Amino acid sequence: MTHRQYFIKGAKDGIPIFLGYFAVALTLGITAKNAGITPFQAMLTSLTNNTSAGEFIGFTLIAEGGSYLEMIVMEFVANARYLLMSCALSQKMDTKTPVWQRLLMGHGVTDEIFGLSISVPGKLDPFYTYGAIAVAVPGWTGGTFFGVILGNVLPVSVVSALSVGLFGMFIAAFIPPAKKDRVVAGTVAAAFALSFLVNRWSVFSGMSSGLKTILLTVVISAAAALLFPRKEEEADVG
Amino acid sequence: MSGNIYIYIACMAVTTYLVRILPLTLIRKQIQNRFIRSFLYYVPYVTLAVMTFPAILDATQEPLAAVLALIVAILLAYFEKSLFLVCVCACATVFVTEWLIHMTA
Repeated sequence: MTHRQYFIKGAKDGIPIFLGYFAVALTLGITAKNAGITPFQAMLTSLTNNTSAGEFIGFTLIAEGGSYLEMIVMEFVANARYLLMSCALSQKMDTKTPVWQRLLMGHGVTDEIFGLSISVPGKLDPFYTYGAIAVAVPGWTGGTFFGVILGNVLPVSVVSALSVGLFGMFIAAFIPPAKKDRVVAGTVAAAFALSFLVNRWSVFSGMSSGLKTILLTVVISAAAALLFPRKEEEADVG
Repeated sequence: MSGNIYIYIACMAVTTYLVRILPLTLIRKQIQNRFIRSFLYYVPYVTLAVMTFPAILDATQEPLAAVLALIVAILLAYFEKSLFLVCVCACATVFVTEWLIHMTA
């Protein structure tokens, strides 16, 4: 297949992602609006960040008035999974792929576009990923923009309903792996329980939600990695 | 809001982009350390779970609607329905539940 054919195939496979992104980004836009962010700023954030969890936590931190350092640490933690996906993609590409191509397709490392890219049979042609990015990212960016605007227009009942959409996206990301792997299921259960405890127990009430998320993630993941280290053949991700 | 919004966005964008491209451009071999590999494997699921609960309970007008949406989303995701369907059904659950609560109140 030529680069052009790969690009078109990626664009076609990106259409369901476009729809899902648009709907979920609407709810992200409502979060942004509640944080006092304008439609343009929200759109700029989505275009340059292209990440649901990272932007959600970012808007929350902005609303809380967190520090820049806290923002950097929190983005690192919220997006640490992309490190792993990026490692996996580095193995999937032809070793001769030039650095500028790697830099360009790196922006498309999201749960969904990674999922498409890593499932291509054989080596990955970056043009396939470009096709998927070209279709999916406008859905994400546009959805965020309209979310901020519609957040002002829509009735409270609709805003309330859309507010859980983003959590739906998170749930759709961690439940299927939990079904396949008992240790992942255990870490998710521990995360729910400890997160509830830390957020409701007054001892921790002085701590920002971002810091709570960092601490809980590092402690639970490190405990899981120590108690249940993964075997080499289980190296698959996503 | 205490800082400049554009500096916040730049911090977010640069950190996220570096996380994405550093392994892709620098690491051409597999990471060998078993602890780091395992840690990185668990991190995404733990972060998403921590961010979901109990925050979802505060996202809606009625906490009961959020609890039902959480259950619906977990069930649909368990049966590996698409991202789109999981999100739409979670939103619909909240809408219907709150409508019923406000109808009967």
